[in-house]
Amino acid sequence: MAKIIVVTSGKGGVGKTTSSAAIGTGLALAGHKTVIVDFDIGLRNLDLIMGCERRVVYDFVNVINGEANLKQTLIKDKRTDNLFILPASQTRDKDALTRDGVEKVLNELAKDFDFIICDSPAGIESGAMMALYFADEAVVVTNPEVSSVRDSDRILGMLSSKSRRAEQGLEGIKEHLLLTRYNPERVEKGEMLSVEDVKEILAIELVGVIPESQAVLNASNSGQPVILDKESDAGQAYLDTIKRLLGEQVPFRFLNVEKKGFIKRIFGG
Amino acid sequence: MSLLDYFRSTKKNTANTAKERLQIIVAHERKRRNGPDYLPQLERDILEVIRKYVDIPADQIAVSLEQRGDQISVLELNVTFPDDKR
Repeated sequence: MAKIIVVTSGKGGVGKTTSSAAIGTGLALAGHKTVIVDFDIGLRNLDLIMGCERRVVYDFVNVINGEANLKQTLIKDKRTDNLFILPASQTRDKDALTRDGVEKVLNELAKDFDFIICDSPAGIESGAMMALYFADEAVVVTNPEVSSVRDSDRILGMLSSKSRRAEQGLEGIKEHLLLTRYNPERVEKGEMLSVEDVKEILAIELVGVIPESQAVLNASNSGQPVILDKESDAGQAYLDTIKRLLGEQVPFRFLNVEKKGFIKRIFGG
Repeated sequence: MSLLDYFRSTKKNTANTAKERLQIIVAHERKRRNGPDYLPQLERDILEVIRKYVDIPADQIAVSLEQRGDQISVLELNVTFPDDKR
């Protein structure tokens, strides 16, 4: 039985697509057959982050409307085995995703895949609600910043009341907090909410902390999920996150400022 | 913190301010989320009625519905009157 994981946040620009790409790739690297589904209809971007933008022929909405089948539409990742992408449509029709249509596609994917990663659009409109409706687990991507934390709390409310699991009275969606763009220097100076602060406010289990990193922009520039950059701090933090998602206990890294030399400590810099 | 920072800064800790503000607004919104949809409108209506008699600002009224056990729901209405208008 496939596990459906929604990557969501409420607020835009916090790193949902970057995280979806990294998580999907990481699960596939760990040997699980994985598909990443872009729910951001009209603003397709997962294809760019995954570096397969020129290989898109059909899309999610084509499959729902019966204009193409899944086999024609799924894009097989060229770097990672077991990994597929279902691109969003660029249509301007926001209601192109119907609940029945989405359910049909997810059911068909569930026959073939171990993990289905749903990359949610920002906001709380129909696309975002559709992305979270069928989820078994949720990764709530949050920046240590007031508007992002508040929006994440709003989304947590939606997860517990507006999902299929909630409506059918099943066990609730398993919620994970993924803190991104974390800057330990600023936390130490008292300029940024700490991991503990955000955990205390949102009161959900922490699955990963991704440091603010140059590697993320470099990765998106070149269409490579950052998790493949195994030298980078962000890449390593995502690898740890995958292990925790799969139930392993892994200590958190990159939470503290690297120790500076004596001279730097005296004069700053 | 470096020596230079030590002399430079009497800056206040904005992360704490952020945390306090978030705790308040998140608690407020969670309460509302769990309440019935008509609660905000009820709050506005009550505010209108009170304002016919006493001019109070909008944030001086709080309406909440609390579930106590299976049988009883308690509607709590909290209005703070300004001192001089009493």
